Amino acid sequence: MTTVSPSTHGTDRRVSQLTEEGAQGLLPRDLTSGVEALREFGSVMRLSEADAAVLADREPGQDDTTVLNIGPQHPSTHGVLRLMVELDGERVLRVKPVVGYLHTGMEKTGEELTYVQGAANVTRMDYLSPLFNELTYAMAAERLLDIELPERAVWIRMLLCEVNRLVSHATFNGTNGMDMAAVSMMLYGFRDREMCLRFLEGVTGVRMNHNFIRVGGTAADLPDGWKRQVIDICDEFDRRLDEYDILLTNQPIWQERLQGVGVITTEEALALGATGPILRSTGYAWDLRKDMPYLAYDEVDFDVVVGQYGDCFDRYAVRLNEMRESVRILRQIVDRMPGGDYRVQDSKVTPPPRARIDESMEALIHHFKLFTGGIEVPAGEAYAAVESPRGELGCYMVSDGTGKPWRMRWRPPSFIHLQCLPHMMHLGTMADAVAVISSVDPILGEVDR
Amino acid sequence: MTDEQTAVSDREAPTDAPAPELHGCPLTVSHTQDVLHVTRERLREVVKALGKDGYIQCLDSAGVDYLGYGADRGLPPGVEAQRFEVVVTLMNHEARKRIRLRVQIPESDPTCPSLSTIHPGTEAMERETFDMFGIAFDDHPDMTRVLMPEDWEGHPLRKDYSIGRVPVQFKGAPVRDVRQ
Repeated sequence: MTTVSPSTHGTDRRVSQLTEEGAQGLLPRDLTSGVEALREFGSVMRLSEADAAVLADREPGQDDTTVLNIGPQHPSTHGVLRLMVELDGERVLRVKPVVGYLHTGMEKTGEELTYVQGAANVTRMDYLSPLFNELTYAMAAERLLDIELPERAVWIRMLLCEVNRLVSHATFNGTNGMDMAAVSMMLYGFRDREMCLRFLEGVTGVRMNHNFIRVGGTAADLPDGWKRQVIDICDEFDRRLDEYDILLTNQPIWQERLQGVGVITTEEALALGATGPILRSTGYAWDLRKDMPYLAYDEVDFDVVVGQYGDCFDRYAVRLNEMRESVRILRQIVDRMPGGDYRVQDSKVTPPPRARIDESMEALIHHFKLFTGGIEVPAGEAYAAVESPRGELGCYMVSDGTGKPWRMRWRPPSFIHLQCLPHMMHLGTMADAVAVISSVDPILGEVDR
Repeated sequence: MTDEQTAVSDREAPTDAPAPELHGCPLTVSHTQDVLHVTRERLREVVKALGKDGYIQCLDSAGVDYLGYGADRGLPPGVEAQRFEVVVTLMNHEARKRIRLRVQIPESDPTCPSLSTIHPGTEAMERETFDMFGIAFDDHPDMTRVLMPEDWEGHPLRKDYSIGRVPVQFKGAPVRDVRQ
């Protein structure tokens, strides 16, 4: 595993560079910390709408740079991302991502919904990986409740999340191909996505926004014949991923288009809070599934995929190979899925089965209490995080002991990764900007919440 | 921590071992997660010191509004509860540990030192906290709204900001009589 010494973060290494004349102004590039490098490049544009309006009325001077607006309706911005790009000819100098077009106040809404209703709200944030949102929400609430899940519930969650990772990465592959004008890849990507969505629909009843992972387990057990379906998906992916290697990975045009574009170093990525494939593409092996295992990831065998150069090609390659690892995990889950309950047998958390309500007064009361007041979560605060297809997806939950969260804070990886865009695009060409946006794989539903 | 606060915590636990501390700040454990209670004056210093300890990445910076919170907030003795809190999550990759910093922010002066000079990645998160809670971050390079429109009034995630209902408005749309 490649790790960066923590000392590059502070100024420790600089001390050794001290001479009689004091610290030298210029250090070798590899000794520059991420924070300093980011400050030096100055690639972030900070321009308010009001200032921009004033500047727009001014007569242009000879040395002026061009400020170009991309989006929010541009197809290559993956939703409603707007970028203000300062151009010198065709070179990108500074970039300002403008977000908020999809803001619907989901964190505020979350404070008004009970823990029973909450999953249906959060599943709509990152709409390409809804199950990860539900999982994080459930894990945060379960941490506050201090409940242990039955083994089968844990493995069902893991199974669904890995299928969901395939969905997300397949969609990335498709849209990435489309942005690079490899339109056939777009069709293949969406074909793969549909194949997985059909399975998820069979299990959860909905194509997207599943609302399936609930506090205390899952909404239902797996349907008959799920093993066959998962094995079919795995076999298909094994075959198709090799085809994509031929179609894209080893293709000179694809390599020319992506290699060396949008480079980010490990130090910069860490300084900007980047996680997931962006951080791993720089050669830094950090995957929560491996390093801080949740669910039962410590019991399955898989590798953490890392890149080397931190460019668009590495980010593409990391995601492509992560799909292979997901398939590997899925095969192990199919072999080792334990039996038992799919949700915790705690009448304060899990609603009783429908038939019990007719027979038992107690069941009726529990059912009524759960669906009117919600699960009563003890007061306290907790943070839960999972490795979503985009990076660390975290939920910081504060409870005041009632059936609704007092505060539900999300750490959305896409929102934080958008800050990497200016640094990746800096001094690149405008045509490469599209490749960079695509390689960050932002989901605007999650950015704006 | 001031002398007065030390004295209080000494009084509270005279027989047990001294209250756990890290870099002079009280350390508590919430659901197996480390929580450090830092004053806003010492925030930057402590984050820098934690950076040397290996907490090299800032994962999250968020606000919480505790107006009207009815339960125990889990604050150690010596930490005075205020209406707002800024919650910072730091990550130590080598020790595989997270640490959470809870900073009390009074309602009368909702400001907090910005961490963006140490961890540039907090820039957007601090803008969001400003947007949602009205907590201004000192020395932040771009203290503007990020999710709400620039001319929005109020800070939506504050507890005294009602959800309400706003009729859908279309700017400049001609008023038509639907019966015609």
